[in-house]
Amino acid sequence: MARPLLLDLALTHILGRKRQTIVSVLGVALGVGFFIAMAALMQGFQGYFVDTVINASPHITVRDQFREPAVQPVAAAFRGGAVLLHGLKPRDEIRGIRKAGTIVSALSEWPGLSVAPSLDGPVILRYGSADKSAVAIGIVPEREVRVTQLEDDMVEGHLTDLASAANGIVMGLGLASKLGAKMGDSLNAISPAGVILRVKVVGLFRTGIVSLDEGQAYILLKKAQILQSRANVINQIRIRLMEVDAAREVAARIEALYGYRTESWQEANEGVFGVFRIQNAIMYSTVGAIMIVAAFGIYNIISTVVYEKSRDIAILKSIGLTEADIRRTFLMQGLMIGMIGAVLGWIIGFGLTSLLGSIRFDVGGMVRNDRFFLAWSLSHYWIGGMFSLVASAVAAWIPARRAAAANPVDIIRGAA
Amino acid sequence: MTAAVVEARGIGRVLPGPVPVTLVEGIDLSIGEGEFVAITGPSGSGKSSLLYLLGLLDRPTSGTVILEGRDTAEADAAELAALRLSKLGFVFQFHFLLPEFTVLGNVMIPMRKLGGSPEAELRTRAQALLEDLGLGDQAAKLPSQLSGGQRQRVAIARALANRPRVILADEPTGNLDTKSAQTVFDIFARLARETGTTVITVTHDEGLAAQTSRRVNLVDGRLVTPGVR
Repeated sequence: MARPLLLDLALTHILGRKRQTIVSVLGVALGVGFFIAMAALMQGFQGYFVDTVINASPHITVRDQFREPAVQPVAAAFRGGAVLLHGLKPRDEIRGIRKAGTIVSALSEWPGLSVAPSLDGPVILRYGSADKSAVAIGIVPEREVRVTQLEDDMVEGHLTDLASAANGIVMGLGLASKLGAKMGDSLNAISPAGVILRVKVVGLFRTGIVSLDEGQAYILLKKAQILQSRANVINQIRIRLMEVDAAREVAARIEALYGYRTESWQEANEGVFGVFRIQNAIMYSTVGAIMIVAAFGIYNIISTVVYEKSRDIAILKSIGLTEADIRRTFLMQGLMIGMIGAVLGWIIGFGLTSLLGSIRFDVGGMVRNDRFFLAWSLSHYWIGGMFSLVASAVAAWIPARRAAAANPVDIIRGAA
Repeated sequence: MTAAVVEARGIGRVLPGPVPVTLVEGIDLSIGEGEFVAITGPSGSGKSSLLYLLGLLDRPTSGTVILEGRDTAEADAAELAALRLSKLGFVFQFHFLLPEFTVLGNVMIPMRKLGGSPEAELRTRAQALLEDLGLGDQAAKLPSQLSGGQRQRVAIARALANRPRVILADEPTGNLDTKSAQTVFDIFARLARETGTTVITVTHDEGLAAQTSRRVNLVDGRLVTPGVR
């Protein structure tokens, strides 16, 4: 019996109501357990998705566009004045990045950057009676392999085969199967400029992102320029970084320097990250709801104990225990329930996550996969544990304060 | 005359409310070491209220209580609790033993709160206290296994746990048969005589009150016997 007095009191109180204590502990445990499993599931999926997105596309893309429309000369002349122009039409320019060669070679000098120029444009691919529209991206293969991990996603052939074949094309597996084309098949590519090019399938890739696999094809940059009748034009500079997370800043720097719209992978996938944020918000509110229910359980049991033990509280105060002692006694009960619940919740969470990890299925969608992607992270266990401790402390605090404030004289008079 | 252990200077207690209720008022009282005092009076005369004020369990709305020469008017709740713990011991009409703790465990609660000695020593002291009150063989039992008189004696042992200067008893024999009541009073008398502990008890039993060394009579919240000699 070498336990401190307050701990001893707290233990007798919660052990005196075993069933209620167990229910409260289970409430906390389920909350923590579900949180851990859900967090593993969501973060695992998000992590996988981000990896796939980052690897399949360049980290930064410089486009032949500007964020702001060009300032009209008259507006520039009367800066700050009210200028109204009627019948204004954008100038019919040849689009493309001007001085692209200079930009590419300048950017290549930056440390940690791999740079590849490209020209993309819409084409119709025709094979037999099948027509499919796709984006044909003109690339320089030996530069491209350093910018995207497309080469790793090749199912058949190599990107570099583009250079060796006369009119080679590399397309997504999904696109090929929709066309019914196989390796070595020749098909027609027709551009909006009216150029028809006969191309031969020299490679197939599968990134796992359905929109890419079903909508993209790669040809040599030179052929793309012929196909789109835009000789020597490139409309995209694709960049890969050593430091993936620096993409935003580097993109901003490039845009400030050259004026062209420069998108980082974060910006390009803003929508997806918005969805992730909503997903996380849903997860946290679900877990929050479970924890609130659990907290009510704790509040309930401690309120009951405070009510039942009001005589004990009165006598303890008359003996000389302070208000802080009484408050601590009941707070401790809440924290004990919270702690035991958290540990039990860790076990439940671990079990659930393992269970999810063993499930296999086949689902297509934005991303094709056959299992849950799970992120095992100690931080989930910490967050879950902190969640439960905070919830139980708050739930216990309210009745504990009431108990501490009780006037022993009133209780003793009432009992006598 | 010995120095006062407990001294009340013009204390009064008014319950606030739409119609304020005066429990006691204008009480001057001085009680010395080893005195065995009975506070008597009709029901509702404020006997218990006075006892709670003297025992620092309640605060007077006017006047002040001086315990061993220390003015308690300015003390905060924690300081009052500390004084109750080390200097005072309460016995109520109802025993108020914690049902989950053994007899020994109950007696040890004030000792453990005060601390300062190893657990084993506290245990020995609590056991000795129980022996002294004729409960040596009941130490391991739960309060529910004892008779009413025995429980009240355990409550006295708990009140004595930290060797207080003053024992304050509120109708300690109210729920007891005559024989048990006499035992309780014998214990109080002996404590006052042998250890110099001051005992202040509220009672409306004339026979028991007659056994004390001094009587303080209250009517309508005022003293009708001189409180200061």
